[in-house]
Amino acid sequence: MSNHASKRRGTDSSYDDLSFSIKRWLSSDGNLTRLFVIMVLVFVTMAILSPRTFLSLDSFSSMAFQFPVLGILSLAMMLSMISGGIDLSIVGIANLTSILAAMVMVRLIPEGASAGTSLLYIAVGIVCAMIVGILCGLLNGFAVAKIGIPPILVTLGSMQMFMGLAIVITKGQAIVGLPEQFSAIGNGSVVGIPMPLIIFILCIGAAYLLLNRRPFGMKLQLLGSNPTASRYGGIRNTTVLLKTYALSGLLASIAGLVMIALTNSAKADYGTSYILQAILVVVLGGVNPNGGFGKIAGVVMAVLTLQFLSSGLNALHVGNFFKDFIWGIVLILVMVINVVSPRMKWKRKPAG
Amino acid sequence: MRKWTKTSEFYVAIIILVLFVAIGSQNGAFFSSANMFDLIRSSIVPGIFVICTMMVIISGGIDVSFPAIATFSMFSATKIILMLDLDLPVFVAFLLAGIIGLGLGLINGLLIAYFKLPTLIVTLGTSSMFSGFLLTFVGSRQISNLPPALEQFGKTPFIKFTTDAGITVGLPMSVLITAAVIVIVAIMMKYTMIGRGIYALGGDPVSAERIGFNTKFLQCFVYGFVGFLAGIAGMIQTTMMRSSNPVDLLGTELLIIAAVVLGGVRITGGHGTVIGALLGLLLIVTIQNSLILVGIPSYWQRFVIGALILVGTGVAAYQIKRSSSKRSSILT
Repeated sequence: MSNHASKRRGTDSSYDDLSFSIKRWLSSDGNLTRLFVIMVLVFVTMAILSPRTFLSLDSFSSMAFQFPVLGILSLAMMLSMISGGIDLSIVGIANLTSILAAMVMVRLIPEGASAGTSLLYIAVGIVCAMIVGILCGLLNGFAVAKIGIPPILVTLGSMQMFMGLAIVITKGQAIVGLPEQFSAIGNGSVVGIPMPLIIFILCIGAAYLLLNRRPFGMKLQLLGSNPTASRYGGIRNTTVLLKTYALSGLLASIAGLVMIALTNSAKADYGTSYILQAILVVVLGGVNPNGGFGKIAGVVMAVLTLQFLSSGLNALHVGNFFKDFIWGIVLILVMVINVVSPRMKWKRKPAG
Repeated sequence: MRKWTKTSEFYVAIIILVLFVAIGSQNGAFFSSANMFDLIRSSIVPGIFVICTMMVIISGGIDVSFPAIATFSMFSATKIILMLDLDLPVFVAFLLAGIIGLGLGLINGLLIAYFKLPTLIVTLGTSSMFSGFLLTFVGSRQISNLPPALEQFGKTPFIKFTTDAGITVGLPMSVLITAAVIVIVAIMMKYTMIGRGIYALGGDPVSAERIGFNTKFLQCFVYGFVGFLAGIAGMIQTTMMRSSNPVDLLGTELLIIAAVVLGGVRITGGHGTVIGALLGLLLIVTIQNSLILVGIPSYWQRFVIGALILVGTGVAAYQIKRSSSKRSSILT
């Protein structure tokens, strides 16, 4: 990754032709190359270690159902991290919004309703969840941009609040019995592609367009690399931050919806381990934790790498705890390599 | 010089007083010695953790790995002592846990000081590593037959008496360790070169280096020392629970950070006091233990704590923003 404006333009153009871009990465972006090599290495190692279980159609299809939730959450985390902040509340938002959606679907649909009516209620539930997600994000954005609380504290507090609200609403119980048409989102597939994966790809597409084809993306990156300069450059930092956290909230609510569609139930403390995993993925994907730079391709590769690693270790019948151990080592190794590698020329701000 | 009525510690103290009076007027049981001792007892282990977190945050970093370090040290130390099967005095157990913690903390410190990695990410990674290693290779099953010396230490009370109502209340010996840690760290932060160096480092690392502080050493010292303290806190947890459970403390990190920040320690580094951090802890422990006394169901806890963090840090941030905009209008 490079912070020279001229180089950036060079790498951006490589997105025009994705099929050709792998070769360009080799020359232009050391971090993405390294990530790609790591991903392939992990895949090949796992394929050699357990060819029967890892390289089967079953394992690939189960992977395709598993990683989209983490992937969507990582996109949300990426947005806030590019802005120079962090969003610890994404899982809180995901849980709160998915519980609201589940309550709309379970409580409001009258018994023996026709397929059309229940579809309508499902749509209402989904829209409700997304609106609340955006509102939660706006609350974060307001506290960060207007009041000036450091993002890590805002989202630490709002995470407790959102999860707390979810617990208050449900009194700690799980909501079960979602309508069948809704669970189809989590478990069905279209032309052989699982629905969660399709949703993830749509999110990637939207985030890609937003970051690379809209002024918002450029503004976000400028804000993240130097807020003072961006303010003097005529960017409304407050608006950009509000939008960023609102988008993060929206993505989190989508992840929450996919999550309850997968498990067919909603509970206040689902998926708490996703917070740390999402940070892991985003940092692994080469997003600068101090803000300013980050590429969607990197984050997607990082999610895939972790999924290969995790499924491969599952195929080897290794326990979950050992996975934590490996993930920690991978994260730290990648960070150290990024620093030690002489190709990393961008200046770092002091650790913090 | 700031007047003491303008410090954030003062505001936290007032909030705590109001909370105490509010809870006490609703339910007289709050001011009973049993409840008060209960508050103290439930702050013994978190008390050391807030001291750790306070030091790290003052130095300009953040540490989420201390529960993993505490768990790792207490569990492996207990296991080693059981394996040796000698009748070792109790301080050896604490020393062993402390040394294991020191080693783990130094891993954090070296990564942060020499590779200049962001502290949150490093400690997230090592936290996952430590607990993964512990649960995979050392063991994941709770040890309930502690070595005799530890068992004895856990049973010995520091204070014990029976109230008029006939309830026996008491505090374990470990409260002395926490008190000692608090006093030592308070003196160190205020009166020694290392302590002042930690403040300087958190305020501005470049200036700290220019005026001659060895910032690499300071960072290693902070994370190593915090690891040492975390190891000891883990051992206290073992003696208080009378068992060594490898998943006991995990997941407490965010609440501890919240307590420290509520106590007026600035997350950007360079500001904060021991008293503030302890007041923040008292606030959180009171909410956790006593909301139920005034008839608020326990599932409101999380919401209340979250709202407190937002309001508390919001007021502080607003004040800083106002004063810094005043300052910048003079400078530019």
